[in-house]
Amino acid sequence: MYRDHRARAFGLAIRLSATLVLDASAGSPDQQEFTVIERGRYVSILSDCGGCHTVAGGKPFAGGRPIETPFGIIVSPNITPDLETGIGAWSDKQFDDALRRGIGWTGVHLYPAMPYNAYTRMSSDDVLAIRAYVSSLEPVRQSRNPNTLPFPFNVRSLMAVWNKLYFTAGEFKADPSKSKEWNRGKFIVDGPAHCGACHTPKTILGGDQGDHYLQGANLQGWSAPDITNDPRTGLGGWTAEDVALYLKTGHNRFSAATGPMAEAVELSTSKMADADTLAIAIYLKTLPGKGSEGRAPSPIGDDMMAAGNAIYRDQCSACHGIEGKGVAYLFPSLGASAMVRSDDPTTVIRILLRGARSVSTKAEPTAPGMPSYGGQLDDHQIAAVLNYVRNSWGSASPAIEATDVTRVRSQVTSRAD
Amino acid sequence: MVKKLPRKDVVVVGFGWTGAIMANELTDEGLDVIAIERGPWRDAPTDFPPTYMQDELRYRVRHELFLRPDQLTFTFRNTMSQTALPIRSWGAFMPPNGVGGGGVHWNGEMWRFLPSDFVLKTHLTERYGESFLPSDMTIQDWGVTYDDLEPHYDRFEYLCGTSGTAGNLGGGIQEGGNPFEGPRSRPYPTPAQQQPFSHTLFGKAARELGYKPFPQPSGNLSQAYTNPLGMRLGPCTYCGFCEWFGCSNYSKASPQTTILPYLIRKSNFSLRDNSEVIRINLDRAGRHATGVTFVDSSGDEWEQPADLVILSAYALFNVQLLLHSKIGQPYDPVTNTGVVGRNYTHQTVSTVNGFFDNKKFNFNPFIGSGSIGMCIDEFNGDNFDHGPLGFVGGGYVGQVQTGARPIESTLVPPGTPRWGVDWKKAVKDNYLSTVKPGAGVHGSFYAYRDIYLDLDPTYKDRFGRPLMRITMDLKENEIKQNKFLTDKFAEIIKTMGAEKLAVQYRTGPYDITAYQTTHLNGGAVMGTDPKTSVLNRYLQSWDVPNLFVMGASAFPQNAGYNPTLTVGALAYWSAAAIRTQYLKSPGRLLDV
Repeated sequence: MYRDHRARAFGLAIRLSATLVLDASAGSPDQQEFTVIERGRYVSILSDCGGCHTVAGGKPFAGGRPIETPFGIIVSPNITPDLETGIGAWSDKQFDDALRRGIGWTGVHLYPAMPYNAYTRMSSDDVLAIRAYVSSLEPVRQSRNPNTLPFPFNVRSLMAVWNKLYFTAGEFKADPSKSKEWNRGKFIVDGPAHCGACHTPKTILGGDQGDHYLQGANLQGWSAPDITNDPRTGLGGWTAEDVALYLKTGHNRFSAATGPMAEAVELSTSKMADADTLAIAIYLKTLPGKGSEGRAPSPIGDDMMAAGNAIYRDQCSACHGIEGKGVAYLFPSLGASAMVRSDDPTTVIRILLRGARSVSTKAEPTAPGMPSYGGQLDDHQIAAVLNYVRNSWGSASPAIEATDVTRVRSQVTSRAD
Repeated sequence: MVKKLPRKDVVVVGFGWTGAIMANELTDEGLDVIAIERGPWRDAPTDFPPTYMQDELRYRVRHELFLRPDQLTFTFRNTMSQTALPIRSWGAFMPPNGVGGGGVHWNGEMWRFLPSDFVLKTHLTERYGESFLPSDMTIQDWGVTYDDLEPHYDRFEYLCGTSGTAGNLGGGIQEGGNPFEGPRSRPYPTPAQQQPFSHTLFGKAARELGYKPFPQPSGNLSQAYTNPLGMRLGPCTYCGFCEWFGCSNYSKASPQTTILPYLIRKSNFSLRDNSEVIRINLDRAGRHATGVTFVDSSGDEWEQPADLVILSAYALFNVQLLLHSKIGQPYDPVTNTGVVGRNYTHQTVSTVNGFFDNKKFNFNPFIGSGSIGMCIDEFNGDNFDHGPLGFVGGGYVGQVQTGARPIESTLVPPGTPRWGVDWKKAVKDNYLSTVKPGAGVHGSFYAYRDIYLDLDPTYKDRFGRPLMRITMDLKENEIKQNKFLTDKFAEIIKTMGAEKLAVQYRTGPYDITAYQTTHLNGGAVMGTDPKTSVLNRYLQSWDVPNLFVMGASAFPQNAGYNPTLTVGALAYWSAAAIRTQYLKSPGRLLDV
């Protein structure tokens, strides 16, 4: 990779002096060592740094991507080693504080769009390895666009309150009663991969609802699914190998990644080691979830089911099959899809309205797509076909009203993504 | 002013089947490849969605997927004594356009040619004598044999997941397959498609008449399939919207469903759409291609330098680009010299529609796929003795139920009034009980001295270049061949139980206004002698060795089959020669 040698030499000098300041880690590994950089590259994949800190088509890690939060738009900063616009001038301690304590280099609080509440589970060595890797990249001179958070969210000091409520600093502690794989999986899920950022529902202030850990959440115009082992809405019907394959390739015999998860697969999980995707799967499969299996299905009227069935046969069955089984690795099995049954139907409604493209990976390059039906099915028809799909082939899910479809339609109409 | 782009190892002109195959093969070799496509970008789920693709008016009647004649067209005449006029609305054939090319809207029929087809001149001369052939017939051997191509036929079949029943495995004739086909090294990747009622009835009638019917090999898949590139294909749903349409069900093999998503992941591949290559550039000596010049949608001219040029447009456009680039000597039928434009051919197709008693027969004709079929091959190529018949060539005949779309499926028996209450009643009475095989008779089309392509003396395109002129007519040999095949076909339809037949022979003069097939061939043919061919046996230009020309333009004459499988096999064959021979020592692979 191209490097600006002068800038790098200067950066190195600063880093040396920073090491002196930091000092305490006299025995810490050389930040230029291959092993450290390579470890950092891999931890940055686990952490999906590139997802937020790279604009599609832009220079890696140069920032500038608008991150949508319920409180406004936060623009990701440049984390290349550029001295002025990047993080080249930061000390290792400043870097570590930012990642694991949510404290920016000028001492102000970061917003938890930067998932320091998850990264805090990583070790100092992990974080400094990321630093070493990022420092090996081409410095990019690119200033950051300002955030557009409205008052009072633009007052960073308020984050101190938020941290008291929702932030528990501290490295991951292994549970000796559990397997090595389980512990590795929990570490990745709760730490670098910050799965809960999307999959755990948030309080009104944006903190995790701890008692609904990984049970699915609504953000950025999608409902992120329940990824506990709940048999109805979660991963209960999948084996650990199914989960691992989904993470690795974006596809398995039941389903495919699309939307924000497609990006997470492309940039992060597909590049993880097989042992790590399996560890994640093993861990997730031990989460009991909300235990919704026994919940009685909400009754859907016969007329609604008949209408839904008719639409399904005309519009959906060519790919997904009369029995809703789809074609493995190509067309999702609607009968086996927890996403279809999700209590929050935002994503299924959105996919019907807007269509969706699954992710292309090395192992699964096909990237099949679902067409948009928003132009030819009205809100009543979409509600009917979804009620049919969500309550057939052994599935039972809460009823969707046409007004739910109307709500999602109005939300996604103005979305660029 | 022409703007010059950075040099590439390879420039691919036109991105249909052969462009996609060559780009994939040559990027595998580590070369930096750019493809330049005149038409738009097209991708399966976004451009052929099942939500609106089944629109006969839009795609069939209004030709959505095809080239617009006001962008580029040809002039046409039947004979050399006539003045050609521009084609202003496509008729006899449909020039493809856009990423995927004809591979998007084809039916998916995947036939291998017969071993004797590749040595046609030698074979017919040995069996019947030189004097048996019409004096103006200019057929010739291909310079490549069936055995040469077999591994490449196999590769293309496995790329596409072809559904079929093998008829000849390594020399052993297989029950239920085509006993006349050349030996194949392994079975089809997927079993034949399920056959609707009209097909099983056709098969029964054919067996009663002593024939050996078999399912047509199909690029519409009978079951889910994963190809060697890891691309996933789904089972065909028999929707009946195949030819003229793109398939979003991932069940018709196309560049989009078998190669493209894999190819675009490669960092050494790029593609420009909406960019029309107007010239292959040559060095001063005219012996080496330096790249191509194209025009983008803003009208700006760009030069794309490259070490190797792959010409992989539709057959007619390949020939036209050679003529405009002054590569190879243009063919002159008067002096019988030159090669570019020579041995231009089409396909001799006809059909027989059978009208059955609607109280006894319901064919559910809307159940269809582009290449589902029940066929016989007894009268193809030289599978039968032509001695007493007075013609050469032949074709397969078969019932191919491609669907019963509303606009074009209003067949009525001969003698029905052409409008009014009685016509409406006849349409209704016959819709479900008509056997409508499309091009049920699929005959060969051999080459003649005065059927050719050249540049028109009068009409120009939007760049001021002469349009290409088509001089094409039907000869007595093909008319006799078609009469013979059509009668045989009608006999089978009659045996099926049809009460009335509408027999439509192909007769002269050649009609440019009514659709026949898009199987145009020749004009830049391959062969063994530079005096009678543009390309050597590896599809390499005799004159410009760093130019390879793909496609059916290389066919010296056309066999009685759909051309695509042979087009794909030739591309793999050529790619193998480039990879194993040419790149080691760029230059002529064969001495002139």
